[in-house]
Amino acid sequence: MERKYFDYSATTPVDSEVLNEMLPYFNNDFGNPSSVYSYGRDSKKAIENARYKIAKLINADAREIFFTGGGTESDNWAIKGIAIALKNKGNHIITSSIEHHAVLHSCKYLEKHGFRVTYLPVDKYGLISLEDLKSEINDRTILITIMFANNEIGTIQPIKEIGKIAKENNIYFHTDGVQAIGNTVIDVKDMNIDLLSISAHKIYGPKGIGALYIKKGIKIDPIIHGGAQERKKRAGTENVPGIVGFGKAAEIAYNNLDKNIQDLTNLRDKLIKGIFDNIDYVILNGHPHNRLPGNVNISFQFIEGEALLLSLDMVGICGSSGSACTSGTLDPSHVLLAIGLSHEIAHGSLRLSIGKYTKEEDIDYLLQELPKIIKRLRNMSPLYEKVKGGE
Amino acid sequence: MYSDKVMDHFTNPRNVGDIKDADGIGEVGNAKCGDIMKMYIKVEDNIIKDIKFKTFGCGAAIATSSIATEMVIGKTIDEALKITNNAVVEALGGLPHEKVHCSVLAEQAIKAAIDDYMAKK
Repeated sequence: MERKYFDYSATTPVDSEVLNEMLPYFNNDFGNPSSVYSYGRDSKKAIENARYKIAKLINADAREIFFTGGGTESDNWAIKGIAIALKNKGNHIITSSIEHHAVLHSCKYLEKHGFRVTYLPVDKYGLISLEDLKSEINDRTILITIMFANNEIGTIQPIKEIGKIAKENNIYFHTDGVQAIGNTVIDVKDMNIDLLSISAHKIYGPKGIGALYIKKGIKIDPIIHGGAQERKKRAGTENVPGIVGFGKAAEIAYNNLDKNIQDLTNLRDKLIKGIFDNIDYVILNGHPHNRLPGNVNISFQFIEGEALLLSLDMVGICGSSGSACTSGTLDPSHVLLAIGLSHEIAHGSLRLSIGKYTKEEDIDYLLQELPKIIKRLRNMSPLYEKVKGGE
Repeated sequence: MYSDKVMDHFTNPRNVGDIKDADGIGEVGNAKCGDIMKMYIKVEDNIIKDIKFKTFGCGAAIATSSIATEMVIGKTIDEALKITNNAVVEALGGLPHEKVHCSVLAEQAIKAAIDDYMAKK
């Protein structure tokens, strides 16, 4: 059976151009970038070339890009590194209730060590309130960390406005841009972003490589100690093939950004419309317009998400859900609960995320299979029976 | 993560539906936890002649409901009351640890339907 992939927010396949660029760095050009001989120098050059391409994608200077082991490490570094560096200035951090766990759990960790964290609520679309943000700032606030775009519901925050508030109050602003990169315009200068977490595997690059943009002049402690790599800020021999792949992926993302956004938006809107036209009792989660071009998140009432995912998998469709049964915990996704969904509605959520290899016929196939699956599961559901009985 | 038997019962669940003139109806679980099981039984001469279920829940919840109905049909009330969640798990060839509560719900749903029957009798 041919598989149809609708989980680009989870990860993406490595672009063959990216892979080809990486391959020589596994064996022919294998040198340690710290070595003085030509092998080392060649690796070093490849890293600097990649750094430049990534900087260009977010309008930063190459010297402001620091490679990490992925988005999670970047988030951990930004939050813990700033907290430790500024602990004598203050101990208060402001974040949102819908952050990725890499941010939330880093904040929880700091709470155990004497820091105070404010988790801003969000509205039904998943947006924070700028007024809330302003009112929570105090003279002990050292960091605002609010994600650029949400991984589950795709909502894009008013990043430029948040950056402006942070700057006016002389507070560092970090944003988790892992989902946003390559899917929306990120301009760290225009948006007053001080720290930005990004990752390669969401933009058709390899897994296990990410970066943290750190604006020049920002005070941050390292959290990985060892050698002098990454200008003494992040120790460890560089993942050269990964970095080269990340650079190439960023270059492709930069060159195709506008077209990618337009193509994905068209497909996304077709998918949403198709679902709403063909299935009743559905709710679109996330913002109707300010959302990632590739993100669709819909709750199907009266059914449960894991049963839906298993059924989709049987016809070759790969998706994801915020149901408790897919998270290994008893509660459904914290993001879906934060936007005010009841547990029941949150359990029936389905995230379909599309990317540059998604074809129109994939959408057609999904729209052909999904209504049948929903109908089958609803016919088994005692909750649907009650609704039908009331009609 | 699921056994073939679980997938079989999830894909082709047995005894789905309801019984209009059921002798007993049991409903357990709640939507908050993500599982609701409802079972309908038809009893003749102390024997469960027919059973149907409706379930809101994950793959394991649907599969446990399905196999539980198979285990109950044709049994006397006393025999049906002796079916444990462990027996349900065993019949399915095992369940992932975090899904064992689904089998508990299945056991409870059978008991709730029988309780309802006894109360009405």
